[in-house]
Amino acid sequence: MTNPLSVEDYRLTGRTRTLGALYSRNARAVIARGLRATKSSNWMVMVSGFFEPVLYLLSMGVGLGALVGTVTGPGGSEISYAAYIAPALLAVSAMNGAVYDSTWNVFFKMNFAKLYQGMLSTSLGPLDVAIGEIFLALLRGALYATGFTAVMGVMGLITTPWALLMIPASVLIAFGFAAFGMAITSFMKTFQQMEWVNFVMLPMFLFSATFYPLSVYPQPIQVFIQALPLWHGVELLRQISAGVFTAATGVHVLYYAAMIAIGVVLTTGRLRALFLK
Amino acid sequence: MPPNLTAEPVIAARALSKHYGEFAAVDGISFEVPAGEAFGLLGPNGAGKSTTMKMIGGVSQRTSGELSIMGLDPERHGPEVRAHLGVVPQQDNLDEELRVRDNLLVYGRYFGLPMSYLKPKADELLEFAQLTEKAGAKVDSLSGGMKRRLTIARSLINEPKILLLDEPTTGLDPQARHILWDRLFRLKESGVTLILTTHYMDEAEQLCDRLVVVDKGRIMAEGSPATLIREHSTREVLELRFGSERNTTVAADLEGIGERLETLPDRVLIYASDGEAALEQVTARGLHPITSLVRRSSLEDVFLRLTGRSLVD
Repeated sequence: MTNPLSVEDYRLTGRTRTLGALYSRNARAVIARGLRATKSSNWMVMVSGFFEPVLYLLSMGVGLGALVGTVTGPGGSEISYAAYIAPALLAVSAMNGAVYDSTWNVFFKMNFAKLYQGMLSTSLGPLDVAIGEIFLALLRGALYATGFTAVMGVMGLITTPWALLMIPASVLIAFGFAAFGMAITSFMKTFQQMEWVNFVMLPMFLFSATFYPLSVYPQPIQVFIQALPLWHGVELLRQISAGVFTAATGVHVLYYAAMIAIGVVLTTGRLRALFLK
Repeated sequence: MPPNLTAEPVIAARALSKHYGEFAAVDGISFEVPAGEAFGLLGPNGAGKSTTMKMIGGVSQRTSGELSIMGLDPERHGPEVRAHLGVVPQQDNLDEELRVRDNLLVYGRYFGLPMSYLKPKADELLEFAQLTEKAGAKVDSLSGGMKRRLTIARSLINEPKILLLDEPTTGLDPQARHILWDRLFRLKESGVTLILTTHYMDEAEQLCDRLVVVDKGRIMAEGSPATLIREHSTREVLELRFGSERNTTVAADLEGIGERLETLPDRVLIYASDGEAALEQVTARGLHPITSLVRRSSLEDVFLRLTGRSLVD
């Protein structure tokens, strides 16, 4: 029973900064917990999440692409239909992964597993939990993006080294959705409300200029689509995949930066309201 | 753990209140707990015990009053205060996605403690909780008593100075309760300050050096279990059952026996210094209860006296 190491040697002390009640600079413990839990239980969910966009790319890109032929890509050059939709599917996959992690996963941990209550009876503050959970969602998004980009490479859909930038850009997209998704989830009380998430996601996936250019819509609808987050993700990745950068690229990045900022502030505030009431 | 020689209380609450809208869950309570004491909050469900515990843990904000844990305000220094606290919530919230030993390791990481410290500590605590054989098991394969012991082991991973136990043995069978009491007693001997809420008077009598009786968010009485019983009840109690129909009607005929009479739906209680003598007086009046029992006064009687209601509803 003798223990040469005393807890006093390690106890975290002196955290009396402005965020003292919210943050203990220990989000890595939340991340380590997530990795350990993934290892032992839900890796199958992760694998299926990787294959979903790959299957879409094969059926739509290769199958439907045979009928469509070539289309006009960013910058005006003619590209194959598969090369046109591949970056869009990558954006969708970043969105789906981040939203799944930050909505259903967080909802379950918050309301059923009581995981966060346990975490918040320790030195952790709500901001540690929020950062940790969002980071996990991003890590997963980065893994998917890397895998999908590799598949694009194998299929010969990558024509410029710029395309590698799609990986960090996917993480940016995932960050925006994860931060926002978690904030929205903190307002949810029942499974029925959670279904609204799917109700929003599916049409956004189908209509955000994912499979055809925005110009097919009449002007008012174009404006509406351009206000939605996925359209910015699709356009950002499509531009990067072709190595075409314009002023619009900056707008897309800024859109996500704003989404992240609002999401993180809202999430931390909500976690505080929920757990430190 | 070295004995704490300072006279400074580890917990000090002054006029502490918590309101939810119009409703006052905790209504201006004041108490102090010195280091190393086992302090109890005894009261029925909804008395404000859990709310008080949450405010001590810094996960619930008070409406008014003052609260200091080891000299710090838990609202402003939540993580820092909780570094010294062990929390055993009313319902187990073990991490079901992790195995038994991993639950301890991961929880220790939440306190920022390194693995070199946590690994031997986790094994020591598994031993303490009598769960060494279950180290690699999944959490959902454990029995209720085992889960409770694991929750307590988990709360000790940071060698807390104060252990908060919210209804520690509710829902456990008698044997599991006694194992748990034994473990808690050992902790108390090692100098940990125990704060526990309970609505079981036997638990309060077993574990608490001192307790407050709480009802409707207010402190009704304060003292050691023995003092409270001495001050608010007689030495013995005679319990009589005449059948649920007759208990109330017969009560009038019992007037004058003992010091005080309490009529409950299922029995009549006569408070007297000598219960046997009181029973003789009852039979002398020609009354023949279906069952009779003489016992010593307990905290249950104290509560009944103070609030006019029984503890467990």
